[in-house]
Amino acid sequence: MKRLNIETVVGLFVLLGIACLAWLSVKLGKLEIVGGDYVPVHAEFASASGLKPGVSVEIAGVDVGKVESITLRNYKADVLMKIRGGIDLQEDTIASIRTRGLIGDKFVNLSPGASDRLIPPGGKIRETESAVDLEALIGEFIHGSAK
Amino acid sequence: MAALAETIGKRALEAIHRMGRMTVFLYRSAAALFIPPYRVRRIVKQVHFIGVKSLFVIVLTAAFTGMVLGLQGYYTLRKFGSEGLLGSAVALSLIRELGPVLSALMVTGRAGSALTAEIGIMRIGEQIDSLESMGIDPVKFIVTPRLLGAVVSVPLLTAIFDVVGILGGYLVGVKLLGVNAGVFFGQMEASVEWKDVANGFVKSLIFGLIIAWVCTFKGYFTGRGAEGVSQSTTSAVVLSSVLILVSDYFLTSVLL
Amino acid sequence: MSDTSWVCEPCGLEALPAPEGKPAIRLVDVEKTLDGKKVLDGVTLDIPRQRITAIIGLSGAGKSVMLKHMIGLIRPERGQVLIDGVDISRLSRGELYKARRRFGMLFQGGALFDSLTVFENVAFPLQEKTEMGEGEIRKRVLARLAQVGLEEAQGKFPDELSGGMVRRVAFARAMVTDPEIILFDEPTTGLDPIIRNSILNLICHTYHQHGFTMVMISHDIPEIFQWSHYVVVLHDGKVVEAGPTAEVVRSVNPFVQQIIRGDITGPVHLM
Repeated sequence: MKRLNIETVVGLFVLLGIACLAWLSVKLGKLEIVGGDYVPVHAEFASASGLKPGVSVEIAGVDVGKVESITLRNYKADVLMKIRGGIDLQEDTIASIRTRGLIGDKFVNLSPGASDRLIPPGGKIRETESAVDLEALIGEFIHGSAK
Repeated sequence: MAALAETIGKRALEAIHRMGRMTVFLYRSAAALFIPPYRVRRIVKQVHFIGVKSLFVIVLTAAFTGMVLGLQGYYTLRKFGSEGLLGSAVALSLIRELGPVLSALMVTGRAGSALTAEIGIMRIGEQIDSLESMGIDPVKFIVTPRLLGAVVSVPLLTAIFDVVGILGGYLVGVKLLGVNAGVFFGQMEASVEWKDVANGFVKSLIFGLIIAWVCTFKGYFTGRGAEGVSQSTTSAVVLSSVLILVSDYFLTSVLL
Repeated sequence: MSDTSWVCEPCGLEALPAPEGKPAIRLVDVEKTLDGKKVLDGVTLDIPRQRITAIIGLSGAGKSVMLKHMIGLIRPERGQVLIDGVDISRLSRGELYKARRRFGMLFQGGALFDSLTVFENVAFPLQEKTEMGEGEIRKRVLARLAQVGLEEAQGKFPDELSGGMVRRVAFARAMVTDPEIILFDEPTTGLDPIIRNSILNLICHTYHQHGFTMVMISHDIPEIFQWSHYVVVLHDGKVVEAGPTAEVVRSVNPFVQQIIRGDITGPVHLM
């Protein structure tokens, strides 16, 4: 009886520990246990400055996926995103790199288009807007006004 | 001058010898894992001793650690008008550093010292020799289950520490100081990466190994009599704590 | 070493017939230094088969260390420890563990496992080192506990037992695997005379039942001479005298006489 008790208690302890670990990694760490139902999609930006893998992809402010990787192709930034399944992306969808607040994190915003044709899984979003370069803007503003 | 060099050299050789002995000891106890017969019940007993019995002290320290983080973080962040980041500040400090390190230190104090004393008493009571005389490997019988018990228990305790700490931070930050609950958890989810959780987990695994390794070694090779056991216990706790903090720095720099 | 016919006075049984063959344990020129002190200094000694041999000597003479050499718990720096002609001091750990199956050992304080009951302590070597089933183990353990008169205490833990009971449990554990050789490290130290004699009587009876080779460290002089066939006198890491009990008792060696009579004056001055 005593042994059964020890084993039950240890079992509960292990379950509790695993539950905590699961909450940390799945809910907070956003670990995808079986890869999830995600569809890859590419987008080519002139500059992906400030964008990092793992940041979120949003449509109308709703989190729909995340940036998987950023690589260089033909001197342009090729951003691979994973979008949750079940979300249709029209061919004329616009992908733009935005900043949360004035100096906050960068993220990718998708503006849905009106076309009937959809981008297939692994396809490419053609319309893109690069990150707004705040320093360049300020510089332009100063130079512009100095002239 | 020559005498000084001699002393330094002798000390260095002794230190190297000791490290070698500890390494061989770890190797022997880990290798015994793969030699049958396997005794699951002995490991369960150790998880009970190291894990379950440490739960209370872990929950208590975790709650207060999270609460003080909430308090300190709130007043620091408020200066910059970014109380909204409180959730991520609490969660990140717990998951990356405080959870693994504080859990390991608490387990060292509560369970590690007891491991050393228990094994030390077995040594001076000739129970270890007695096992040897029966042809039973005392390392496999005594050390291996404790090693495995610690490696299983410490990461689980750390996960519990993290969660309870976050709840403590929530209690102070949201319930007491009025940070918005949605912002608190929203920021937390946005800032905590899978890598943070994984690194904290790796750290706690290694800390569990350090605790069991140092504490069983010190008990196994204890000095004579009750005084020997008390000395071993003290030095086990000190060495284990120091190794945890030192390795934490190096693990952080490697894992980050 | 001649094997004189010998009658155990208290239990009145005759010694078992002298066995054939070489001694059970043979130490050849064994040397060991511990903490800078030479504990064994060229010990050469034969332990006869199927006989009770007592090792006597002052504290610190190296008796325990010598006993631990016989079972390979300590390895000598020089010399050989031969068990049936095999030098166990040169064996690998695995071979040594195998060789130890022929031994049982009773440690000074009993060395029972605190976390196990009396029954579990005695059953332990069988569970760990044999393929015996639960029922068979149970039968054997209870038989051994009955032999030492402790059947009723089987559910108790070591800290609930008296000193004499601890030794009896340890004895039951030492012989539960039916070894050939049993080593006793001071089986009676710290016990009152009645319990001491009952333990020596128990050892003697068990000897007659099983014909073990027994080696016993003892401070019970002169009582031990009634209970042993052979006596070895150790002093300062050297064998001073060894032989059949009657011969050793009559030895003209002044040290042996001093230790037998417990004289304050003689070759050894302690204060």
